[in-house]
Amino acid sequence: MTLINIKNLSFGYSEEKVLDNIDLQVEQGDFLAIIGPNGGGKSTLLKLILGIQKPRSGTIDFIDNSIPIGYVPQNININIDFPVTAIEVVLMGHSGTKRPIFGYSTSETMCAMQALREVGMEGYAKYRIGSLSGGQRQRVMIARALCSHPSVVILDEPTSSIDANGQKQIYDLLKELNKTMTIIVVSHDISIIMEYANKVAYINKTLSFHDMKQTKTKFSLHPQDHFCEVELLQLLGKNS
Amino acid sequence: MIEVLSFEFMQHAIIAGILVSLASGIIGSLVVVNRMVFLAGGIAHTAYGGIGLALFLGIPIFAGASIFAVGAALLMAFLTLKHRHRIDTFIGLIWAVGMAIGVILIDLTPGYNVDLLSYLFGSILAVSLDDLYYMSGLLFVVIIIVTIWYREILSVSYDSEFASLMGINVPLFYTLILVISALTIVIAIKVVGLILVIAMLTIPVYIAEKLSKNLLWMMFLSGFIASVFTVLGLFMSYVFDLTSGATIILVSAVSLILFLIFEKFQNRQKLI
Repeated sequence: MTLINIKNLSFGYSEEKVLDNIDLQVEQGDFLAIIGPNGGGKSTLLKLILGIQKPRSGTIDFIDNSIPIGYVPQNININIDFPVTAIEVVLMGHSGTKRPIFGYSTSETMCAMQALREVGMEGYAKYRIGSLSGGQRQRVMIARALCSHPSVVILDEPTSSIDANGQKQIYDLLKELNKTMTIIVVSHDISIIMEYANKVAYINKTLSFHDMKQTKTKFSLHPQDHFCEVELLQLLGKNS
Repeated sequence: MIEVLSFEFMQHAIIAGILVSLASGIIGSLVVVNRMVFLAGGIAHTAYGGIGLALFLGIPIFAGASIFAVGAALLMAFLTLKHRHRIDTFIGLIWAVGMAIGVILIDLTPGYNVDLLSYLFGSILAVSLDDLYYMSGLLFVVIIIVTIWYREILSVSYDSEFASLMGINVPLFYTLILVISALTIVIAIKVVGLILVIAMLTIPVYIAEKLSKNLLWMMFLSGFIASVFTVLGLFMSYVFDLTSGATIILVSAVSLILFLIFEKFQNRQKLI
């Protein structure tokens, strides 16, 4: 089932196009990795999917216009000194359409605690956000995205400011979430592509698309094989 | 020492000091976490134009200053939302033009020799009963606004991009924060003067931020700390016969230094 259908999408902030004639289908249950060089248009594509930017030409169709999308932004170190607890950050993920006059409803708080539990951070609910490690903070941000019960979760560079151990935990968490929801992740990280993603979109103004099953067999990856990340990135960058 | 409390002007001064401190605690917290300190300074100085306008037209000072300050807040909110990268230039401009208008209007006011210093450094000992009503009313409005829209204000202040994605009207709440800040700045001018307002909005907040887990607690704590500083400063200014606004600020500053030394000492102990 196609959740998001992008057709002939073009966009530019000025005269010059950042994205040119992009076609992309996101199926239910996908773990789609979006890779490509800096300035290649990855984040712009996310903004278009989220509706922060409007396409110059082409269309982005959702299976259902009210499809809930969870978003985890790139910079988790934004306002790190801000006096706010983890649970309060998660509560920001509620749309607030059925809010009480003051504060948060019990069901909203329960839902936020459940989201923290899903990411394994329930013990840190009352911690100030700045006192958590990068990986813990990222998991709180993922919990915030889970609050809207999304069918699709979009993450922008979720591991860019996290140590190796924390990165592994984030990926395992995403794999777990992928059992019930579709994941779209922008990443520089080659390991996420090889181990977790079932589809890869390489974006550098234009898009080249890869089904990882085929790409893996093309590469005939065995643990003992020599494997060069640069070669793989070059291969993925080629228009197939 | 105690007999001074029997004077009506001193009772008014203490009540005004506490009302303004509580409002500054709430607003100062919002100003600091939203990094609007320079904007708040701009609004405070622009309000002088409103003081001039009030004297010229013969209307109450609070009314004139509030109109001007809210006007400045709306203009700054608009400019910040449209031209974020040039905002410092605009603030400097609005700041100077507001003060200049004030000076000219007072020049043009016939037969009125105004005491400029009382607006620059406050006149807490000259608070009337009407002033107290106005201050209480404003504190009440600020508390109501912040209580009802706490979650939106928190969301916009912490991560405005995400708040916008969640359907919160970010420009509206940003403007609302600036407008209630402008109104609070006007009553704070009465207590510490327009030059010192910034210190009143930031010093207690800085201490409270270190001790608070969340914004709500930071607002309460800032209000409490500011009240202590204001009452203490007021008494010291009486005992040593000093300008009250400046004394309040210096009491705050010295307390901040002591707090920082104490904090450093505690951190070192933790390391050992």
